[in-house]
Amino acid sequence: MIKLQKIHRNFQVGDQIVHALDDINLEIAQGEYVSVMGPSGSGKSTLLNLIGMLDHPSSGEYYLNDKNVTELGEVEEAQIRNKNIGFVFQAFHLVPRLSAAENIELPLMLAGIEPSIRDAKVSLALESLNLTERARHKPEQLSGGQRQRVAIARATITEPAVLLADEPTGNLDQKSGHDVMDILEALNQRGITLIMVTHDQSLGDRSARSIKMIDGRIESDNLNKIDHATVS
Amino acid sequence: MLQSRDVITFAWQALKGYRTRTILMLIAMSIGVASVLVLTSLGEGARRYVRGEFASLGTNLIIVIPGRSETSGAGLSNMMGVTPRDLTLADANALTRHPKVKQIAPLNIGGAEISWQNRKREVTVMGTSRELLSIRHWSLSRGKFLPDSDWERASPVCVIGKKIRDEIFSAHNALGQWVRIGDNRCRIIGILSSEGQSIGINVDEVVIIPVASAQALFNTPSLFRIFIEAKTRKSIPKVIQFSKDTIKARHQGEEDITVVTQDAVLATFDNILSVLTYALGGIAGISLAVAGILIMNVMLVAVSQRTAEIGLLKALGASHKGIIILILTEAMLLSAIGGIIGLAIGQLGAWGIRYAVPELPAYPPIWAAVLSFSVAIITGAIFCLLPARKASKLDPVLALAKR
Ligand SMILES: Nc1ncnc2c1ncn2[C@@H]1O[C@H](COP(=O)(O)OP(=O)(O)O)[C@@H](O)[C@H]1O
Ligand SMILES: [Mg+2]
Repeated sequence: MIKLQKIHRNFQVGDQIVHALDDINLEIAQGEYVSVMGPSGSGKSTLLNLIGMLDHPSSGEYYLNDKNVTELGEVEEAQIRNKNIGFVFQAFHLVPRLSAAENIELPLMLAGIEPSIRDAKVSLALESLNLTERARHKPEQLSGGQRQRVAIARATITEPAVLLADEPTGNLDQKSGHDVMDILEALNQRGITLIMVTHDQSLGDRSARSIKMIDGRIESDNLNKIDHATVS
Repeated sequence: MLQSRDVITFAWQALKGYRTRTILMLIAMSIGVASVLVLTSLGEGARRYVRGEFASLGTNLIIVIPGRSETSGAGLSNMMGVTPRDLTLADANALTRHPKVKQIAPLNIGGAEISWQNRKREVTVMGTSRELLSIRHWSLSRGKFLPDSDWERASPVCVIGKKIRDEIFSAHNALGQWVRIGDNRCRIIGILSSEGQSIGINVDEVVIIPVASAQALFNTPSLFRIFIEAKTRKSIPKVIQFSKDTIKARHQGEEDITVVTQDAVLATFDNILSVLTYALGGIAGISLAVAGILIMNVMLVAVSQRTAEIGLLKALGASHKGIIILILTEAMLLSAIGGIIGLAIGQLGAWGIRYAVPELPAYPPIWAAVLSFSVAIITGAIFCLLPARKASKLDPVLALAKR
């Protein structure tokens, strides 16, 4: 469903050009669980942002569901982000003045969905992530793990096909990190395509497929033969 | 697409979320709107005050005075041996025959002694008709004014000023008493309310009798003035011309009268004070613009403070237009609330002025309220276009990379 062809992404820094992505060719099928690893500055976030259509390639083609989305208008891009892609960030990025429920509701609000439908979806999401008691709490009143669960609920509230997670456990302690991983993997088992950037080798090993990046290139792309039970 | 109710809720939550910023901007905006209201209410109050003073002299009032005024050829007629003819009741009657003349009152004036029992004093006696009361906007504190009878008919009734009543009758009831004025006797049928000075005559110290009675008392057929009330302000020039023509025709082709009107003076004052009101409004409007610039700056800061949030909204599927709508709504909501508070403060301020200076009817004109409120919202929107556009152009990757 995701197909990147000869993708380059260059940044001009001073009078130098940084090749954040250097000739990336990549195909990811619906429902895959892919981890992206590699040293800092190797282009992992840039790749994820590109797939999430927050960023544009300097050259190359991006096909989403067999449709070339490289040069769509910003309104269409915004719609695709809203309906087909969910983001989970290391820094959670919750709106501080909004309650947990209101944060989760945001993508539905932006899509202009009726409040009654929104409320139903949000309470379901809260329930499935064990956040019902926290619905009215502001982010500052939540623990890190709870915040990331709110962020996951928000990322999945529009039932997107792809979930992009950039170091989702980077700001969490080990216990809540594992909880978050379990939730993400459960979502993947129910069919969502999960692409996760991580530093942590043990987390990277849990995925069915792991991509290793170095200097903007894909260094290796392996299928892991792993039994989840032994790892967790 | 975003629903407007959600947009307003979102903006409202943002305003609540950044309380200090919101309160500061509300203060700026409301001061702007309030100062427009207060300053224009001052100007408008001055205008109304002057207008009221003139109105107390009589609206659409034309005064006919016997004799040509010096500036326009009286010398010539004197040289030619023409003495001005008297203005008579017949002249006054002739002047009623114009469709734009609402009413006419002849006036005869002289001094006489009034006496009752053993009290007496000198008074100004005005001989006139029933119409004078409404032409001069006078009112009675007790009794009735002169009867509505033929001008040519004398009748032994009189209306007295308040001071005369107090001095002659003190604790006694004046109404219905017979008094002696000069050689005539008359019955008091009314007492005027205190009106103070009115074109050089102290209303409190006059005795008013029917014009025919006054003619008999002073033994002269000539009138001192004829007061004409035109139906509308616009018809005043026509009535003036009609008066001159009529009198000229009746006086063997001699235009031996002077016609004056208070309206020209009033119009000038009115214009000056209207301009003053606009000027005050404009000056106060500057503070609205300042408030607008303030809002722009604060919104710019708000946008940079909230880059992460804006980047997030983009990641969650907000388009450029959506971001602009969200930011603009926030600014407009802010200026609308500020505007409403400003309107309230402005009305309160105008009330304060009226309370402190009761003579000044300092009511803010409606145009000032409507204009300042809409200017508040429009400046809010215009000055926020820049920050909103800036927000919409924000690179979401960079915005989200910031912590
Ligand atoms: N907006 C940008 N401007 C300039 N350089 C950038 C920008 N974004 C990323 N880079 C550079 O691109 C490279 C890849 O960055 P990134 O994808 O964030 O790496 P990673 O997520 O693997 O740590 C780095 O060298 C980084 O400095
Ligand atoms: Mg990164």
